[in-house]
Amino acid sequence: MSAPSLGTVWRASLRRELTLIWRSPADIVQPLFFFVVVVSLFPLALSPKPALLALVAPGAVWVAALLAVMLSLDGLFRRDQESGALDLLLTAPVVSVVPVAAKLLAHWLLTGLPLALIAPLLGYMLQLPVAVLDTLMVSVLLGTPTLTVVGAIGAALTVGLNRGGILLAVLVLPLYVPVLVFGAGVVRTALDGLPTGGLLAVLGAILALAVSLGPVAVALGLRISAGD
Amino acid sequence: MWKTIKRWYHQLGSPRYFYRFCEAVLPWLVPVSLALLAVGLVWGLVYAPVERYQGDSYRIIYIHVPASSGALMGYIAMGVAGLVALVWRMKMAEVMLKALAPFGAVLAAVSLLTGALWGKPTWGTYWQWDARMTSMLILLFLYLGIMALQNAIRDPRQAARAAALLAVVGVINVVIVKYSVEWLNTLHQGATLKVVGESSIDASMKWPLLISMAGLWLLYAANVLMRARTEVLSRERRSGWVRRLVRGGEA
Repeated sequence: MSAPSLGTVWRASLRRELTLIWRSPADIVQPLFFFVVVVSLFPLALSPKPALLALVAPGAVWVAALLAVMLSLDGLFRRDQESGALDLLLTAPVVSVVPVAAKLLAHWLLTGLPLALIAPLLGYMLQLPVAVLDTLMVSVLLGTPTLTVVGAIGAALTVGLNRGGILLAVLVLPLYVPVLVFGAGVVRTALDGLPTGGLLAVLGAILALAVSLGPVAVALGLRISAGD
Repeated sequence: MWKTIKRWYHQLGSPRYFYRFCEAVLPWLVPVSLALLAVGLVWGLVYAPVERYQGDSYRIIYIHVPASSGALMGYIAMGVAGLVALVWRMKMAEVMLKALAPFGAVLAAVSLLTGALWGKPTWGTYWQWDARMTSMLILLFLYLGIMALQNAIRDPRQAARAAALLAVVGVINVVIVKYSVEWLNTLHQGATLKVVGESSIDASMKWPLLISMAGLWLLYAANVLMRARTEVLSRERRSGWVRRLVRGGEA
């Protein structure tokens, strides 16, 4: 049997992943719901004073988005591992990076992207000025793919372990620090009325690094977890 | 030169040779490191001159700087070992990776602790989200993450390879973290905190620092070799040379 072309593999994998997520809407809705709930805890815990909320809003929205992505990643490979699809993927006569990348893209399209789309609304609820809401959305848009890719490395390494959830957090959260710093920093810079182009470019650079090298690391992590 | 390195690489790649290497090196490495550390610390803590602005409190530098640099070097070494383990599947690199983590984590913790103690008299606070402090805290988290991952996976080879991947990703991350927190810090607080630069330190204070640094690094190396030796024996427990060793023979 000759190996299919990479384009075919890419299209088929992407269609499979999107269909799988699409057919279990809970996977799309729950991270969003989590995001909204966590953000709405902040006014209750701190105080509803608009001036204070606007000050903590960039950090609050970003921490909530980061946790939502991380928690959604815990099950990223688990179902495939339980059904055996993961072993097939790793033994298939194609470079495993391609289906893995398709999986990451599908995951981001149906979790990271919705988070970015809803982020301005939450920012508005936390009394952020309307003028910075677009910066907030762009920063989440640029940051969440990195969170998905980096978190997927942790998810790949912990896929077969019982206490995956908390271990995943311990592994992945320190790796999320740069995205958090620059992501929330961009919004704060916009709040101060300073130009944000440079910081958005840094977020983009981190994204480029994560997208180019990340899928290889994720595929390697899956191989290691499979006992290779 | 290249040939020597290559031969050395292959020799140390053999568990048995590595064990013999440890046996040969450790008996003098431990005393030498302890002696250097003792000389450096006594010289620095007792005989080095008092600093003009900070008084005696600066003396914690003789523990703080060696610990910080050791923690950083240890993590970079883990990244290198991780890369070697992943690319060439060298077993001894996996062993070294595992052996490097615990002492490095301790050094990171010591660095944070001594930094806090130093910060109180000089900056008036135990903790500040300064760039260096934050990077060291993240470094400690990364060390703990690697140890947690290794503990969670039962199969030693799989655990080592998983930790190797995490260490490589972590090294890239540490670099970005360093720049990100530096940016964060300089934007908001400005350069209120200044650490004495290498070039601006007087020779009478520098030499004890360099000596205690060398001592602590060698102690780290000795600790790594001891841990690696134990790990080698445990991994190779079914092989002939370990069995002979246990019966009292030569390795």
